[in-house]
Parts: sequence; structure tokens; C-alpha cells
Amino acid sequence: MDYLLEIKSLVKKYKEVVAVDDISFSIRQGICFGLLGPNGAGKTTTIEMIEDIIPSTSGEILYKGKHRSSSFKQEVGIQFQQTALLSSLTLRETLKTFHSLYNDPADIEEIIDICNLRDIEKRMNDKISGGQRQRLMLALAMINKPELLFLDEPSTGLDPQARRNLWSIVQKIKDKGDTVILTTHYMEEAQHLCDEIAIMDNGKIIAQGTPHQLIKEHCEGVTVILPKNSVKIPLSQLPFRFREINGRIEIRTNDINSCLNRLLSEHIDLTEMVVRSPNLENVFLNLTGKQLRD
Amino acid sequence: MSFKRLWAMFCARNLEFFRDRSALGWNFLFPFLIVAGFGMIFGGKDYTEYKVGVFPSQHETVSVSKIDLPEGFRETLHIKFIGFKSFEDGIEKLKHHKIDFLVKAGSPENEYWVTDSSPKGYIIEKLFKGSLLPDGKVVAGKREIKGKEIKYIDWLFPGILAMNMMFSALWGVGYVVVRYRKIGVLKRLNATPLTAFEYLSAQILSRIFILMFTIAIVWIGCSFIFSFRVEGSYFDLFVIFLAGGVCLSAYGLVVAARGTSEEFTSGVVNFISWPMMFLSEVWFSLEGSSRWVKLVAQLFPLTHMLTAVRKVMNDGATLADVTPELAVLVFMTAISIAVGAALFSWNK
Ligand SMILES: Nc1ncnc2c1ncn2[C@@H]1O[C@H](COP(=O)(O)OP(=O)(O)OP(=O)(O)O)[C@@H](O)[C@H]1O
Ligand SMILES: [Mg+2]
Repeated sequence: MDYLLEIKSLVKKYKEVVAVDDISFSIRQGICFGLLGPNGAGKTTTIEMIEDIIPSTSGEILYKGKHRSSSFKQEVGIQFQQTALLSSLTLRETLKTFHSLYNDPADIEEIIDICNLRDIEKRMNDKISGGQRQRLMLALAMINKPELLFLDEPSTGLDPQARRNLWSIVQKIKDKGDTVILTTHYMEEAQHLCDEIAIMDNGKIIAQGTPHQLIKEHCEGVTVILPKNSVKIPLSQLPFRFREINGRIEIRTNDINSCLNRLLSEHIDLTEMVVRSPNLENVFLNLTGKQLRD
Repeated sequence: MSFKRLWAMFCARNLEFFRDRSALGWNFLFPFLIVAGFGMIFGGKDYTEYKVGVFPSQHETVSVSKIDLPEGFRETLHIKFIGFKSFEDGIEKLKHHKIDFLVKAGSPENEYWVTDSSPKGYIIEKLFKGSLLPDGKVVAGKREIKGKEIKYIDWLFPGILAMNMMFSALWGVGYVVVRYRKIGVLKRLNATPLTAFEYLSAQILSRIFILMFTIAIVWIGCSFIFSFRVEGSYFDLFVIFLAGGVCLSAYGLVVAARGTSEEFTSGVVNFISWPMMFLSEVWFSLEGSSRWVKLVAQLFPLTHMLTAVRKVMNDGATLADVTPELAVLVFMTAISIAVGAALFSWNK
């Protein structure tokens, strides 16, 4: 199979930390590839090495089967997790400036409409809100009709509408056959957008696959949730592994049919029962631990 | 190398500069104020003034004709007499070099006080003693100076403009690029096809444009208020200022090449600009300074630029006459650009 990007044994060492520790993966054309992981896992470092912004300590990065050439930057679009812009320019002027830096740029008006910047196009860069800024950054990343788009936490600070808008933008990019690499802390977003996911922790990839595969592999069974007061028998007599949270009983089971039969046979009222299948969040927490780390 | 990209960055930088109203105003006002200030203080006169204390005197300002001092001394030009009530008041000022010389009025022995370490005091002492000699005993023949007189402001004015240019170039290129590196603007630009060469050229060109624009405005503004004489051609002056501006901006490029610390960069800019300001004859001539001071001064583009500008402005030299200075400026520019470009880094 032909890969758009091949990452081989990539390492980034700083003085005190190994930010990226010998990772390898490949990305097919036309998919959305998600990098997930807790804070400090090495996502930004990885993505910026691929973007050719920071040098790697060792390892190889192949784009369309070759080392990245000078045309690489004409073909990719980048949205950083953190950046500043030229001050004292309006949004439109900023877009125009970046527009002139590319050989084959997109139509500015179209980009302004796509990213919902029409209302604020005449405002100064330093006088816009955090979410508006994110939208401008996305617009700048798309100004050259990139074949490969890097988005580092693109939805941070976006309101729900803007986030949905971002999702539809990413979807359209995929429909055109272009490729997206994104990092996010929103599991719902990853599940919705990503065709393939790599979960990183401490500079290493600890799991990789489609969202579906990851869930199947790392979270078996479903969770049955019942209000505590609908369970009339003493809790200790329940024949399952369960947890008690906020006045609710959570039962994890691999065999939903026998579980429900059993509950019915105990005459437990199931009117308010909720059955939840595992999602990426469960996978993420299972894999990276539940504790916050520094 | 793409001119389209260079042009885009050039325009963006200019817009930024001209939008920043306060900085813009200051850019024009600062050199103007300095010229106006110094024009006022020196009023076109010689700027050395000797201060002589006289006591006893009721008032601080003493009228020359009324003080009881030897006439020859009293009427010396460039001496300012300052009155003190008592000897104690006067000697206190003398000790702290607020005055150069102290005499007692109406003293038959012509008593005076002077600190031995003060060169100005030494000269006044000579003057004072000379004025006590009977007239006509010594012969000295004064001859007229041939040629036109160069007023102090004619000499100072180009110095102020050049100095302003230096500060503007070093801060405007050096400091701004470092700040952009720190806050991440350079990182964003590095994500585009823009090359370092294009970016840096745009910065330099934009700064030169701003420098020349400023100098034109300040020059025109000052010429309404002061009368100064330009012996050579304005075109030659323009060429020299341009060469100097390019060279100083290229120095700024070297400052801008690395680093993200604004404090450190201010330090470096000050470290370069202050000696340059004092040793490039902006304010005073280095005539008679030690050899190494003159040697250090040769390292500064400002020295060569000012030498050339003053030759044209004060002595009517042509570009051909200042070829050596221009050659040095071009050489320094080439070196700075090469060093700056080789060291440049987008990253933190
Ligand atoms: N310039 C640097 N110098 C030293 N250490 C660094 C540098 N940049 C990042 N690190 C370290 O490398 C590790 C990975 O950082 P990175 O920014 O890649 O994390 P991340 O996965 O993007 O985290 P987040 O979710 O918070 O954005 C962290 O421990 C960080 O402290
Ligand atoms: Mg990050």
C-alpha cells in the first residue's frame, strides 16, 4: 500500500526529557489521522517534526515516499497549538499576506466564508477573541489548498457551533481526498473525525488502530447503569462486578443478554436503566491511567 | 527567491510600522526635539563656556561692567561670571566643578582659586594672568580664517540624523525580529514557503524605506526652523544616508539572528549603540583622542557615514571624494548580511 507519510523510528530528545521516544507509523492518503494522549505525551513535538518545524534527534520522515523537499511547504497547511500573528494587521490583510506566500493559493473570499470570518474581517489581529483567533488560524492553514493539513488542537476554545463547523470542514477536506493529521483532547471529536488513531504516552505510541478496533481491543463489554433505589435486594447479593457512583449502580459485563435476564429474574425494575457501550474515552483512560499527571 | 513573497512581507511590515501611531510620531519627533534642543542650547555659538565665580556679590547674575576685576579679564569672550555672596559659597562650587575658577572682586593682590586637576581652570588661570600683564608687551599677530565658517548646527545636524538612523535600524530590525521569534510569529512564517532570505530582505528593505522617509520628513521640518547650509548636492547626501541605512540595518540583522530574550537583545543593542553614539563623532570630535579610541571608532558604520555626510554637507565634497567611506560601508554591509543570514534561526 502507498503511504502519504511514513515515520520511522522518530526520536526527539531535549536536555532533560525524551519528548518522542522512537515511534513509527504510516498515514494513508485521504484519511484523518488522530494523535491522542495526555498533556506532555509528545503529540505537538511529533507533529512539528513531521511539519519540518523542529529538527528530529534521529529517525526518518518520508512524504510521498521521499524526503521532504522545498515543495513540501507549498503543499501542507499547518495550524499550531500556539502562535502569534503580525500585530497591527486586520484579519483580511493577514490572510492576504499569507495568500501571497503561496504559488497556488485558495480564493480568499471562499476561505473567509468557510471559516466564518466575514463579520470580523476588518478587525485587528490583536483585537479578536480566542475562538475567533482559532478560526483565523484554521483559515491560514487552509489558505494554500493543502493536500496535507496539520491541526494541533484545532477545537480548543471553540464554541459548539464552531466545533461542528470545524468537523464539517475536516469532513469536506477528506471528501476531496486530502489528508488531515490532528491532535485533540476531545474523544468525541476523535471518534467522530478520525479514521485512524494513535494514542501516545510518555513519548511512545501505546495503541494504534481505527476507533472501532481500539474500543474492541481495549474495552470489552458494556456498562449497565441503574438507579440505586430500583434495586430492591441487598446490593451484596448482586451476582456481578459493580461500582456505586452518585446513587447509581454501574455494572460492567461482557454478556449483556445473561446480565439482563438475571436482573429480570431478581425482579429489578429496568425502566430507568441505561446501557452504555464503551467509547474512546474509556479506551483512553484505560490506557493512560486515570490520574492526572504533570 | 520570490519577489512576490518578499513584497508581501515588505508591505506587511510597513503597514505595521505606520499603523503604530505612537511609535511613528516618536520616530519623527525624537530627532527633531534633539536638534531643536541643542540648537537652542548652543545657539550656533561655540559650545565651550568657562564659568568663573566672583565674590562677594549680592546677586548671582553679575553685570560684567560693574565687577571690580582686571579689565582685560572681565571682557574675555565665552566667560560667564557667576556671583557668590561669600568665599565659602564659591569654594564649595569650585570643589564640585560647578565653576572652573574663583576670584575675589576688588582684591589688590588679585587673589584667585583654581583646582589643579581642571583643564578649563588651567586655561582660565593663563587667561587671568595674561590679562594682568601690561598691554603691548607681547606681540602676537592674529590672521583671519579663510573660507566659510561652519556653524555648530551644520556640524551637529547630520550627526543627530545619523544617530537616529542607527537607533531606528538596530531596534527596528534587531529587536523586532527577536520579539517575533519569542512570541511565535517567526514559527508561523516558517510554516510557509517563505525563505529566511526573503524574510530578512523584506525586513531590511522596509526599515530602509522607513529610515529614508523619516530622514526626509525630519530634514524638511528642521529646515523650516533652523538655517543650515548644504555645500554639496542633496543627491549625494541621499546616496550616503542610503548606504549608511543599509549598513546599520544589516547590523540589526546580526543582532536579530538568534535568541528570544528581549532583555538580552536590548542589552546587546545598547552595548553596540552607545559606544557607537559616543565614538562616531555625533556629538564631539575625536580629534586628539588616543589612538585605540580612533581605531575602535573605525569599526562603526556610523563613523564612516558621518564623515562622508559632513564632507558633503560642510565641505561640498562629491560622491567621488567620499568613495573610501562608501566602500567601507558596502564592505561592512556585505559582512553583516553574510553573518546575519548564516546565524539566522526561525526557532526558539
Ligand atoms: N523546547 C522544549 N525544551 C524542552 N522540553 C520540551 C520542549 N518542548 C516540549 N518539551 C517537553 O516535551 C514533552 C512533550 O511535549 P509536547 O508539547 O509534545 O506535548 P503534547 O503532547 O503536545 O502536550 P499537550 O497536550 O499539553 O499539548 C513535554 O514533557 C515537554 O515538557
Ligand atoms: Mg501539544
